[in-house]
Amino acid sequence: MEKFISHTGTAVPLRRSNVDTDQIIPAVYLKRVTRSGFEDGLFAAWRSDPEFVLNQTAYKAGTVLVAGADFGTGSSREHAVWALQNYGFKAVISSRFADIFRGNSLKGGLLTVIINQSDVEALWLAIEADPTTKVCVDLESRTVSYNNVVLPFDIDDYTRWRLMEGLDDIGLTVKHVDSITEFEKSRTAHKPATLPIRI
Amino acid sequence: MGKTLAEKIWAEHVVRAADGEPDLVYIDLHLIHEVTSAQAFDGLRLTGRQVRRPDLTIATEDHNVPTQNIDQPIADPVSKLQVDTLRANCAEFGIRCHSLGDKDQGVVHVVGPQLGLTQPGMTIVCGDSHTSTHGAFGSLAFGIGTSEVEHVLATQTLPLLRPKTMAINIEGELKPGVTSKDIILAIIAKIGTGGGQGYVIEYRGSAIRALSMESRMTVCNMSIEAGARAGLIAPDQTTFDFIKGKPHAPEDFDSAVAYWKTLFTDSDAVFDVEVNIDAHILEPFVTWGTNPGQGASLSSNAPNPADIHDEEARGAAERALVYMGLEAGTPLKNIAIDTVFLGSCTNGRIEDLRAAADVIKGKKIASTLRMLVVPGSARVRLEAEAEGLDKVFIDAGAEWRNAGCSMCLGMNPDQLAVGERAASTSNRNFEGRQGKGGRTHLVSPLVAAATALRGTLSSPADL
Repeated sequence: MEKFISHTGTAVPLRRSNVDTDQIIPAVYLKRVTRSGFEDGLFAAWRSDPEFVLNQTAYKAGTVLVAGADFGTGSSREHAVWALQNYGFKAVISSRFADIFRGNSLKGGLLTVIINQSDVEALWLAIEADPTTKVCVDLESRTVSYNNVVLPFDIDDYTRWRLMEGLDDIGLTVKHVDSITEFEKSRTAHKPATLPIRI
Repeated sequence: MGKTLAEKIWAEHVVRAADGEPDLVYIDLHLIHEVTSAQAFDGLRLTGRQVRRPDLTIATEDHNVPTQNIDQPIADPVSKLQVDTLRANCAEFGIRCHSLGDKDQGVVHVVGPQLGLTQPGMTIVCGDSHTSTHGAFGSLAFGIGTSEVEHVLATQTLPLLRPKTMAINIEGELKPGVTSKDIILAIIAKIGTGGGQGYVIEYRGSAIRALSMESRMTVCNMSIEAGARAGLIAPDQTTFDFIKGKPHAPEDFDSAVAYWKTLFTDSDAVFDVEVNIDAHILEPFVTWGTNPGQGASLSSNAPNPADIHDEEARGAAERALVYMGLEAGTPLKNIAIDTVFLGSCTNGRIEDLRAAADVIKGKKIASTLRMLVVPGSARVRLEAEAEGLDKVFIDAGAEWRNAGCSMCLGMNPDQLAVGERAASTSNRNFEGRQGKGGRTHLVSPLVAAATALRGTLSSPADL
């Protein structure tokens, strides 16, 4: 996985709350068996509206999405993260993310940043007033900054370290394979197994 | 201080804990389907990893499969590729797979319990957010993304941050015609789609204890719609009786039951949050908007956004009413429906089909609508046919289909057209969820059946 230390880019204001993963990418676009090519499904229903923010020239090159509260609710589809990344987004800012979406994003290196709703509103106003406003999401200092505004955000130390090192979870877990083997010896006998098949 | 049920199960599955790191948690059962697994298997191949425990893993085909003509090749080439990829991956890595045409094929959350693989005290995951369904057995069950699917395949564990705990106490008796679906829709309307974020919910109280296993699954299934990754219910005699006799029930059943009886929240345990709900005041509940929290009693009206104080909620309600094509203040019972969908991991079990068939028996559905009945699994379909339920639905004018997720998410050909309005026993009324431009009202099987007969949103009491 690519390291994430800091990203600076222009931002896209998505003034909607409860943007569920069916909006981020509808189910009919989930049929690929690869991790790429999902950008065509990103916000597919809304993109047919010429007024939709991603269709506005001023926001075409945006790499930071600034969304309303409860972004990523609903389905666990990681395709939602891939669609945002395939389209070119590096970070999403919101006052609240759904748990599964947030987990998926941080596994895959799409930084999801939580700031207060009032700070989201102020950021929306700033990027609507000037779409060329540069927004910097800095994981090292745990801050979002634009113009003269600096907003701190929380992220647990472990996830921050993993993202900054570009490490994937499986590689880290495999180092503890002995602990897993040891644990398996203590599992109770009546726990079910799928094999051999019983009918 | 005592422990909550969720804390007990968590503690029993921690492989490794270290300061400043997530706990490494062992996974007892991993369920797989065609849509969220292909990239995970690819990851294994790229890194030369194996599936650590094929014997704790099971796959079925549900999300994109057709519900008609299942003896013929899948017509949509992209869906076919996805299903073929699952079959090839399962064959390569030695994973049990129940394919289309097999009697144990079906919606993954119906298949696990009916095989007896879902048992109390387990950790269960699946690349599907409705994995919370399995919490009905007193297990810790939650949806995961594809990266996590790969992680579980490779290591049978997940690094996880310990969730907070929430109790939802539902005391009292439900009125006739009020179901577990109405309970969970009322809960989501009360706490909101983000109310459960970061929590495991334990559903408690006399109204929960009185529910059948099927009804408990309906409640736990929609925990994710309140933002909670998992929801669970302490196991009791109802749970044990359901598991007994299932293919994968423990051989030493008595010792399993002795362990299961230790799975409850200690009387001195403290939840981070508690919510109380009176069962006896609940009524049949339906959604009017575009998220599952936008719901109300069937006897009420679509809201007037001007009455909503919170600016954000008001804006969301305005947008939802426009999308749904509803005037503020419309009596919900006046809403005419084009399609009734009975099925899904929320309400596609045998009890749901029986309840709806009871309402419909000997009557005809309204000429203005179509009704799709999609059993949750091939076994449910066979069981229903043995009871003659298929004939009840077909004689009433409904379509009797094969098992799958079907119109719940519209990934297969079962979709709503633009502007088409559904009363659906599924779990999500998001914009376009059941087909681009489609409009969804979430309802219980009883309301679905009564609506099919009257043509407008109705409960059996309206017949």
